[in-house]
Parts: sequence; C-alpha cells; structure tokens
Amino acid sequence: MMRNIIVPLISGIVFGIGLVIAGMTNPAKVMGFLNVFGNWDPSLMFVMGGAIAISLPTFLLIGKKMQAPLFNKEEGFAQQLKKDIDSPLIIGSAMFGIGWALVGFCPGPAIAALTQVDGNVFMFFIAMSIGMLIKKII
Amino acid sequence: MNIVNFTPVESLLGGLIIGLAVAILYLLRGNYTGISGIYYNVIAVNKNGFVWRLTFIIGLVIAPVLLSFFPYKDLGFNMPTTNPIIVIIGGLLVGYGTQLGSGCTSGHGVCGIGRLSLRSIVGTCIFVGAGVLTVLITRSLGWVVL
Repeated sequence: MMRNIIVPLISGIVFGIGLVIAGMTNPAKVMGFLNVFGNWDPSLMFVMGGAIAISLPTFLLIGKKMQAPLFNKEEGFAQQLKKDIDSPLIIGSAMFGIGWALVGFCPGPAIAALTQVDGNVFMFFIAMSIGMLIKKII
Repeated sequence: MNIVNFTPVESLLGGLIIGLAVAILYLLRGNYTGISGIYYNVIAVNKNGFVWRLTFIIGLVIAPVLLSFFPYKDLGFNMPTTNPIIVIIGGLLVGYGTQLGSGCTSGHGVCGIGRLSLRSIVGTCIFVGAGVLTVLITRSLGWVVL
C-alpha cells in the first residue's frame, strides 16, 4: 500500500504542484526560456536550480547513508543503467530538444497540463505517446 | 538579449517543490523521478512496476486540480504554437527522442544532474542547446512570435 500507492501518488501530486507553481505547465514560459537570443525568460533555470538543490543532497548525501528506501527494503535503491555517452543519447536528446522547443512541452508538463482540457495539449500528448511507442516497435 | 516575464520567486519555489517530489520517491521507494520513463512503462504496459508508475502519473494529472482549491499565483497558460502539424511533429519528437535518449528534463535534468551523472549532464546540454537553436530558427522563420 505505502510502496505502490501512497508514496508514488504523493510524489506525483507534489511534482505536479511544483510544475504548476513554477509556471512550467505554461508552454510560453518554456519557449521563453529557450528564446535566449530574443525576449528571454530565465525562469526555467531557477526551476532546475531549485529542484537540483534538493535532488543532489537526496542522492549523494541522504540516499548514500540509508541502507534501503524506507518503504521498499525488498527492491532497494534503483541502480543507474547506463553511463556511456553514446549516439542514441546524443540523437535522442537532440530530437527531444527540437520537439520541446517547437511546442514548449516536455513529458511532465504535458501530462500535468491535461486538466487544462485544451485540444492542442491533448493532440501533443497523443503524438508524444505514439512517438514513445514507435521507439518500442522500431 | 532582453529579459522578460521573469518569475524567479515562483519558479525557484516550484523547483524546490519538484525536488521534494524527487526526494519522496527516491528515499521512500528507491526510484528516480524520470517522467518520460515512468509514463512510457505505463503505456507500454510493462507489468514490472506497473502499479506504482500508474499511481505516480495519476498524481501528476490530478495535481493541478487539487492546487486549484488553494490560492496561488497562476503563471498563466499560453501555447505560442497551435499549428496542428507542428504540435504533432513536436509531440512525436518529444516521445521518440526521450525514449531514444532515455530521459527528459526530469530524468536527465533533475535526477541525472542531481547524481552528477556525466551522461545526463551531456544529455541536458544537448536538449537545451537543440531547443535554443530551434527557437532561434522558428522565430526567424516567423512560425512563432515570442
């Protein structure tokens, strides 16, 4: 219950609240951040900075001191799968960056913006889901 | 360069809250908050870890509804791109690209950089760089007004 329902539900809710408060569910703000050579909105840098200010000590200090996650002694901490800088990382990240800049959505905000009940958000969300599944097939 | 619409307080606060969500999932359950991966494993119906991932996504979807019951500074909603062809191409690129590159803003950007993973730092620099170049091009072509 704790492991599979309560913890992930709370984390998802808190994450979504953070995205909305930060203004990241607004594509204009995200595109404004990428518009470095025009009317620049540096806000996204502060979002990343704030998030990393918590995630870094979580992984490198607190997590390292714990034997296992509090409610998941069975599986323990997830291990990082890949470390190498290979061409899928480079090509995939470049493709993601282009799509991100075309519309102003990355996966988290696109999902959290669904409750905007906006046709364009929904269209992006469906296309994103299809894009992920195409990768699975190919 | 001309700085506009800058919301340092709200965005820093939102970022800290995102970091809290990352800490909750990692310290209590042991998983990274990489949203493209979590969401992909739900729609691909990966039975291994399906329930927790689905629950996380449900939380993400209902979060704005829960927040709407509280007073907070709404930073608005505006999609500068509404051309359906661009919206669909953008969605396909984000979906395919995050799977090929195994991460997005949350997975590489927040979790990977938080772990000081060189792979994630490189991934983040590439997607931000590609994004900056893309906006420069689309704005020059007049596809988008920012």
